[in-house]
Amino acid sequence: MEHEQFTWASLIPGLSALPPHVSNGIIVSIILLIIVILGYTQYKRNADQVVPDGRMTFRNFVEILVESIAGLVDQTMGPRGREFMLIIGTLGLFILFNNLSGLVPGFLPATDNVNTTFACSLTVFFLTHFYGVREHGIRYLKQFVGPFWWLAPIMIPIELIGHLSRPLSLGLRLFGNITGDHLVTAIFFGLIPLLVPLPVMFLGVFVSFVQTFVFMLLAMAYFSGAISHEEH
Amino acid sequence: MKKLFVILMLLGVFVGFSVTVAMAAEGATTALDPQVKAMIALAAGIGIGIAAFGGALGQGKAIASALDGIGRNPGASGKIITPMIIGLAMIESLVIYSLVVSLLLVFKL
Repeated sequence: MEHEQFTWASLIPGLSALPPHVSNGIIVSIILLIIVILGYTQYKRNADQVVPDGRMTFRNFVEILVESIAGLVDQTMGPRGREFMLIIGTLGLFILFNNLSGLVPGFLPATDNVNTTFACSLTVFFLTHFYGVREHGIRYLKQFVGPFWWLAPIMIPIELIGHLSRPLSLGLRLFGNITGDHLVTAIFFGLIPLLVPLPVMFLGVFVSFVQTFVFMLLAMAYFSGAISHEEH
Repeated sequence: MKKLFVILMLLGVFVGFSVTVAMAAEGATTALDPQVKAMIALAAGIGIGIAAFGGALGQGKAIASALDGIGRNPGASGKIITPMIIGLAMIESLVIYSLVVSLLLVFKL
């Protein structure tokens, strides 16, 4: 693909030797780390402050982020959701900041590459099975057999294919949306650079949020499906 | 125990760095005769066209039902819009699969 574009990462001497998606992913991760560290120091400074500040301070911004993710996890997963808030929040914030960074000129979103999105979706896939085995022991494999034991030769391949298609669809959906958006924005910039790319960029912001939301929701659905097999 | 965990994670990050630096470049392209190129271009264009047609139909039906529901019960519009957005993203992901195949074809020209 025609990706000899200028990125900010090529200015930093240590990072320009890496492939562009890796260096942009590292930059976004460092930005996230700075936000987290700043928010934590602000929290530690006045830790027993119950009433929030009146204006839009940095601490309020971080609290909005954390509370929205916590609300989403509680709403979707019920009472056991708090264990999963960390992994869902990490994946969600990483994907959100990566998607949004593609709209800033000079940044290449790390989710533009199949490797990043499949890394996220394979993480969810392995964690699903880890949580399922941790919850149920070896009886977790009973779900592949189906309702009757003599249906097993038909049900096992079907269930296996269904399970294997989950990370594939998660990764491809995220990759396709972000790459398609990036390409469309680039094409519009090539055609009419004056005002027409603006609605396309609004669409890009909207798609970034929606794709992050859908990724987080699907991950939560898979987790709760893996740990809630007692009611069968 | 916690320090061991942190050290293992840092080791994993370091390994990931070194593997990506040592990653080789992509392969070279071979020339294709013009008939294959014509077929590839045709497939890429028609494929994404059919996918967009089917996707638009499906999404139109979903939004029509959602708007019906909002019309009957305007107070529940927040609870209707959230599953509608999720459903739209699911339908759109099928179109995105076809877009990915078309992109693969176009960049193979």
